[in-house]
Amino acid sequence: MTFLARRIGFYLVTAWAAVTLNFFIPRMMPGNPVDALINRYQGQMSSDAIASLNVLFGMDDTSSTFQQYLHYWSLLFHGDLGLSFTFFPTPVGGIITQSLPWTIGLVGLSTILSFVIGTLIGTAIGWRRGTWADSILPITTFFSAVPYFWLGLLAIMLFGVVWQVLPASGGYDGGLVPTFSGEFIGSVLQHGLLPAATIVISSVAGWILGMRNMMVTVSSEDYVTVAQAKGLSERRVMFGYAARNAILPQVSGFALSLGFIVSGTLVMEMVFSYPGIGYVLYQAVSAKDYPLMQGVFLIITLSVLVANMLADLIYALLDPRTRQEG
Amino acid sequence: MTGLVILAVFTVLAVIGSWISPYDPSALSAATMSPPSAQHWLGTTNLGQDILSQILVGTRGVMIVGLAAGIIATALAVIIGVTAGFIGGVGDELLSALSNIFLVIPALPLIIIIAGQLPSSGELTVAFVISITGWAWGSRILRAQTLSLRRRDFVEAARANGESLWRIVMFEILPNLTAIIASSFVGTVTFAILSEITLAFIGVTSISDWNWGTILFWAQSNQALARGAWWWFVPAGLCIALLGMALSLINFGIDEFVNPRLRNTGQNARTMRRRGIRARIGFTPVAVPAQPAPLAQPAAPAQPAGPGRKDEA
Repeated sequence: MTFLARRIGFYLVTAWAAVTLNFFIPRMMPGNPVDALINRYQGQMSSDAIASLNVLFGMDDTSSTFQQYLHYWSLLFHGDLGLSFTFFPTPVGGIITQSLPWTIGLVGLSTILSFVIGTLIGTAIGWRRGTWADSILPITTFFSAVPYFWLGLLAIMLFGVVWQVLPASGGYDGGLVPTFSGEFIGSVLQHGLLPAATIVISSVAGWILGMRNMMVTVSSEDYVTVAQAKGLSERRVMFGYAARNAILPQVSGFALSLGFIVSGTLVMEMVFSYPGIGYVLYQAVSAKDYPLMQGVFLIITLSVLVANMLADLIYALLDPRTRQEG
Repeated sequence: MTGLVILAVFTVLAVIGSWISPYDPSALSAATMSPPSAQHWLGTTNLGQDILSQILVGTRGVMIVGLAAGIIATALAVIIGVTAGFIGGVGDELLSALSNIFLVIPALPLIIIIAGQLPSSGELTVAFVISITGWAWGSRILRAQTLSLRRRDFVEAARANGESLWRIVMFEILPNLTAIIASSFVGTVTFAILSEITLAFIGVTSISDWNWGTILFWAQSNQALARGAWWWFVPAGLCIALLGMALSLINFGIDEFVNPRLRNTGQNARTMRRRGIRARIGFTPVAVPAQPAPLAQPAAPAQPAGPGRKDEA
């Protein structure tokens, strides 16, 4: 139980640190972003927006930084992340709730897919070490080194422009209204195919490599030798004894990568103009939309924290030895 | 080995790139959007800029940021990690909590946020921002290793001899961490290069400094894809991939040095089969030849007696 309490305490501290960072970063930056923004919008900003800016940047001279900090927290607890400029006057929270399902759906599915494929291939390669299967490794090294967005660009070029078989951008056909109709779902699937495929291709290498190295390490353990000596079938030793133990770090890695579902593929959405959270961040950055930028950062960080917490719990369930260290 | 060669080539290019580049990378010319030809080996952009020159000149920016961020982040990691591991107690708790926090907070969005709000992000600023977010992993590994070294006999002996704390850390602990420090340095450089290029590609950092990410940024924003101008973005991407691969090959090398079990798995499949070794289970064929045959070539080089392993004799 102390293990749990310690971990939860750690995540609370981290969440506090992230929110505090989020609060102080704009204040530490040189210049006065509020004036710059008000000038840019030349009087088109409502007094509401200016007020929310002042709270956000601490340009509100009447209160101390500490009071602003408290106020910031109370706004957060009410779920108020301020108003976005780019999509004025939509609240930041609304934009984020609109874009999250896209990201989670697409990236979630492809993460699961690449985990399963990668772990299976890694098991096979690690087991048959020293055969032709090892020649897959250099290829995976190459794919893990290629920057993701470039792979995406190539895919767009080939499938979207040259062969024109798949749509190159967006989450669904522009002419359709989002409903649960067959046509709409088909369009979503069609648009998701290319981004999903590139995510799987670029991330599967890591899973293969991790599983393979663990298999190599595990397969020289005594219990594997014993299982082999007992005359159990090859298959049984491979999956029941070696892979079963080798998969532990993979599983915790998987839980961690759940956190990256929201954060790790920002670039994918920027390349494919996919209407998820990464694309929102991209738009926010290019429009210097500070409230939106910070709201997105906060959501991303919180989801990573939750995923990490899950990873810890899963690992503690699977491997009792970790529980002692804390 | 291959990794080192590729890295060396790019390092040389970073130094001499701007002298040997045939054109000024920003200079406009009449030949717009032309595919590779004798005048422009890698073709031109929509403004007639020479892409080969952009890549050559851009190498320096990439390497500088990678190197600078690698050095700063590794220094931070060593200072924080080794201190935490060595002093123990409350100081250790605080420092590890700090590095855990930086480990958990997602790096790329944080870099984007900071770099996006800085008014002008030059190369060194970018390197600095990246290293602030990139030191935590190395620090955690170094702390773990320091913890295990702290109670070894040779450190105890040095302590009993009355050597100063500073001397123990410098001469007893650090030499034993060399391999880990090197590996975390290489890892950070890879991370820094990819982050920098991603930032430039998104357009967060200064788009007037040439690096491979900037090239891709312009290619993307000028519809190079839709116009089928593959020569505009394929070379830069290949350079990134090559450099990234070189760095990860080097890191594999270091890994195999540290963990001999991973060594010689790929290259000698045939040797193993000839000698009747099944690599499946047990008996990792790393060090010991199958039979004591005095004239037979050993299957693997003997344990390297580098500075990193003297404690495990």
